[in-house]
Amino acid sequence: MPERGTDVVVVGAGIIGAACALYAARAGLSVTVLDRGSVGAGTTSRCEGNILVSDKGAGPELDLALASRSLWLELAAEYGADRFELEEKGGLVVATGEAGMASLRRFAVGQGAAGVTAEPVTPDGLRAHEPNLASGLPGGVYYPQDLQVQPVLAAASLLAAARDLGARVVTGTEVTGAARGADGRLTAVHTRDATYPAGAVVNAAGTWGGDVGERLGGSVPVLPRRGFILVTEPLPRVIRHKVYSADYVENVASDDAGLETSAVIEGTRGGTVLIGASRERVGFDETLSVEVLRRLAAQAIRLFPFLADVRLMRSYRGFRPYCPDHLPVVGHDRRVQGLLHACGHEGAGIGLAPATGRLIADLLTGAHPLVDPGPFDPMRFAMEDV
Amino acid sequence: MTEPSFTFDGRPVPFVAGQSVGAALMAAGIRSWRTTRVEGRLRGLFCGIGMCFDCLLVLDGRPNERACLVPADTGMRVESQEGTGHGHLAV
Repeated sequence: MPERGTDVVVVGAGIIGAACALYAARAGLSVTVLDRGSVGAGTTSRCEGNILVSDKGAGPELDLALASRSLWLELAAEYGADRFELEEKGGLVVATGEAGMASLRRFAVGQGAAGVTAEPVTPDGLRAHEPNLASGLPGGVYYPQDLQVQPVLAAASLLAAARDLGARVVTGTEVTGAARGADGRLTAVHTRDATYPAGAVVNAAGTWGGDVGERLGGSVPVLPRRGFILVTEPLPRVIRHKVYSADYVENVASDDAGLETSAVIEGTRGGTVLIGASRERVGFDETLSVEVLRRLAAQAIRLFPFLADVRLMRSYRGFRPYCPDHLPVVGHDRRVQGLLHACGHEGAGIGLAPATGRLIADLLTGAHPLVDPGPFDPMRFAMEDV
Repeated sequence: MTEPSFTFDGRPVPFVAGQSVGAALMAAGIRSWRTTRVEGRLRGLFCGIGMCFDCLLVLDGRPNERACLVPADTGMRVESQEGTGHGHLAV
């Protein structure tokens, strides 16, 4: 049965789909959001809600992150920081050795030239920032621009704002395919139960963007990278910033398929402390790995010894959507007129969501794009198919 | 014969064999031994079967033990708990 048609159908009600829906609605477009599950049920609910500039070296992803961070602050000013539990908590990156300290400093200098505020921290300065940190650490860099939101709340709030502008959100409905006109252009999206006529379709299916892209006629090379996070019992405020060891940056950029872990630790509004981060390429295998939990806990205790006497309540795991070059795919699919992609943000989707949504809206309306979309071109992997 | 007992915030609380710490506290007329994290409200036994985590207290220095699950034992040092029980870690 055909539903009411809209200018845009967004596939995916995670943080990226929510941001695409809001910015498209703000640009005056009519919007329908479809998700096979519920709001934020995929990677959005399996992450820590970080909005980081600290882990990105100079380049297109950092430019997108800086633009996106400004948009998050705008959204917080407009709708209220509490709607997202947005905290301007700052990030503290801790070196793990003298050699690590030197390379961290070099990395920070490059970031500084690209517009990131990066303040070197002495060994004594570390404890001034974080009194519970272990002693004897060689120093670090403080990044006051790092933010955090509660990711599921943030996705729901962005969608609520889009609905206030007339957008429709339909959950529990799986996209199965697309209808195309005689000229090959997408004209509608099919779900199991209905057909949604669309002027354009945005694939914001995150880790499942490869599959959804294929159903819509334009595949993109988005693959899952599994990560675990430990959750402690509720504590008073014991950690002020997001604190992580410098090897996290290398792990994010690594092409190793095996297990990589680095200590990434932060408190939450609710009082729990979140302990990450692991990365492994094991497909969509959801098996609990005790070995990963053990490594994460041991690394966290090395940075924050008090954690040894704190209980873990639970752990969770999810799949980051990564592309071969670790950049998201954002833009038109030139193989299928009317199809755009906005997925593959790996571990940075929460941070990059507003700029991605804005860029998609700019591309849909023909406005001057917020940032140069070239590096995120979905066609960069498939030039032979164009 | 002396009744077996543990201490609660320094005073002796008697118990019978097989009784949980929570049951012994209730039998002694003590109905709350924890304050909530945000509003400081009083809490004691609620579900009594280990599910609700309302009856938390400090047992031999360890916070967040469930009074309803721990069997009472002679010489135990039981203390009331404020909030998370980890207040000394706050920065």
